[in-house]
Amino acid sequence: MRTSGRTRAGQYAALFAYLVFLAFPFLWLVSTAFKPPRELGSLHPAWLPQDPTLDNFRQAFDEQPLLRAAANSLVAALGAAVIAVLIATPMAYVMARHRTRLAKAATGWVVVSQAFPFVLVIIPLFLVLKNLRLIDSVGGLVMVYVVWALPFALWMLVGYVRAVPAELEEAAAVDGAGRVRTLVSITAPLLAPGIVATGLFAFISAWNEFFFALVLLKSPEKQTLPVVLTHFLGAEGVADLGPLAAAAFLATVPSLVVFALIQKRLTGGMFAGAVKN
Amino acid sequence: MTWATAGKRPGKPAPGPGGPGRPVDHGAWFLVLPALIPILVLSVGPLLYGIALAFTDAQSGRTEPTQWIGTLNFQDLLHDTLFWDSFRIGLLWAVGVTVPQFLLALGLALLLNEELRLRWLARALAIIPWAMPEVVVGIMWRLVYNPDAGILNETIRDLGLGDGRDWLSGLATALPAVIVVGIWAGMPQTTVALLAGLQNTPRELHEAAAMDGAGAWRRFRTVTWPALKPVALAITALNFIWNFNSFALVYVLTSGGPGGRTRLPMLFAYEEAFRYGQFGYAAAMGCVMVAVISVILALQLVGRLRGEGQT
Repeated sequence: MRTSGRTRAGQYAALFAYLVFLAFPFLWLVSTAFKPPRELGSLHPAWLPQDPTLDNFRQAFDEQPLLRAAANSLVAALGAAVIAVLIATPMAYVMARHRTRLAKAATGWVVVSQAFPFVLVIIPLFLVLKNLRLIDSVGGLVMVYVVWALPFALWMLVGYVRAVPAELEEAAAVDGAGRVRTLVSITAPLLAPGIVATGLFAFISAWNEFFFALVLLKSPEKQTLPVVLTHFLGAEGVADLGPLAAAAFLATVPSLVVFALIQKRLTGGMFAGAVKN
Repeated sequence: MTWATAGKRPGKPAPGPGGPGRPVDHGAWFLVLPALIPILVLSVGPLLYGIALAFTDAQSGRTEPTQWIGTLNFQDLLHDTLFWDSFRIGLLWAVGVTVPQFLLALGLALLLNEELRLRWLARALAIIPWAMPEVVVGIMWRLVYNPDAGILNETIRDLGLGDGRDWLSGLATALPAVIVVGIWAGMPQTTVALLAGLQNTPRELHEAAAMDGAGAWRRFRTVTWPALKPVALAITALNFIWNFNSFALVYVLTSGGPGGRTRLPMLFAYEEAFRYGQFGYAAAMGCVMVAVISVILALQLVGRLRGEGQT
């Protein structure tokens, strides 16, 4: 299809506007993170730090227990991702291969679970976890994150299982392979990239999660990174822009890296279902 | 690997062993239980418990036993003007974010579907808002909106448009300011969903329509939009629900201020439950939110069925 020059120019102008809108807040965050206090106090802030410094990062680590918070986040996110994928994969397999009442009910739950305001789940969970003495524990948070990550994990995995042709499994069965052998030697290898992508997505979701962590973790040494970040904000507006920006930037780096790795698989897995149904 | 590879299945689903339609045998239960039990114990159970709590006077840290009080919480809620204010703000916010976000994302998806040179950069940048923790998005935009040291006011000053203002603290500007952040934060998902939809529309149809002399707008209306509609409806309904229930972004940006102008229902319910300990009352709020969302879901479903009836 030919596109006229004027249309093309308009398209590039629009694309440029989008690029600016998407990029400028992030560039500003990074720029602020590297600015010395003198430039941060200036009434005419420059786009880029004139005299870049790492002091903000040092100060951020001094002000808040960022390393411990990151360790807590890592435990919560890794635990949630591994457990969620381990238990979701077999269920997703059944949902994809058997169109039964159970599979339908599970699909219904996946959809409905997206609609509920978390407050309706967190109050009873808070009461239950309190009785189990699992409030203020990263383990309790992992339990919550597993269930919270399950709908999307199932959703993605069902798509990945459907992408593995059932014919392959049938062929193996015809050749005399048992059910377990078929799953292990035929299905699992083909499914592995999808499982990894799903796990990484669950990891990022838990790494970024704020509401449950805010409600369930009270003592500062148990809190995850997003909760600790809000301590930089103080009671009255922003206290210290530099360390705030530095800490916020650091908290984003793992997510950005993981996301860049899985982005293509993710978009496929997440929306294939919506597109196909 | 293309944008919508997974889930694509060549040909029709094969009937017979292993194919869809096969009943669940006993072996399948062992595959399902590891996920089913946590779902029932930690999601379905608490949800039902939460609904039940809405009919009690449950409070945190109280010694006397919780009483069943029927619909008293809901009657109180009916007269709670602060709650309805927050409800109104929640609807304004959800519509204010979802609609412009959809239009912007549609524009971006159409652009990314063209053979443009900087396409890869836009795709790469679109990862940023998606991957960022909401708390960081909130912090980042507070830096942008900062009255003195923020880049927004500095740009306004540079362009000679005045001195700028304290966007997040102004009674009139706070809600629009947080809405812009909401649009920014959710645009990538919406764009990618729409892009996946666009790439499912057959190119030949476009070319045929172009040969027939259909202009860009006609081609969009007659070829692109009908194919995109199911995805567009699904993502819009989901966005609306997610936005209506959102919490972290606005909690970090304004904590609901100034004067409650950005107090979304979830922020209100959170304060009610975990600052004032009113568990039963907050649960009732959650129920009302669910009820409204169910109506919206139902409407969306009706729209979808009607859309299918036409084709």
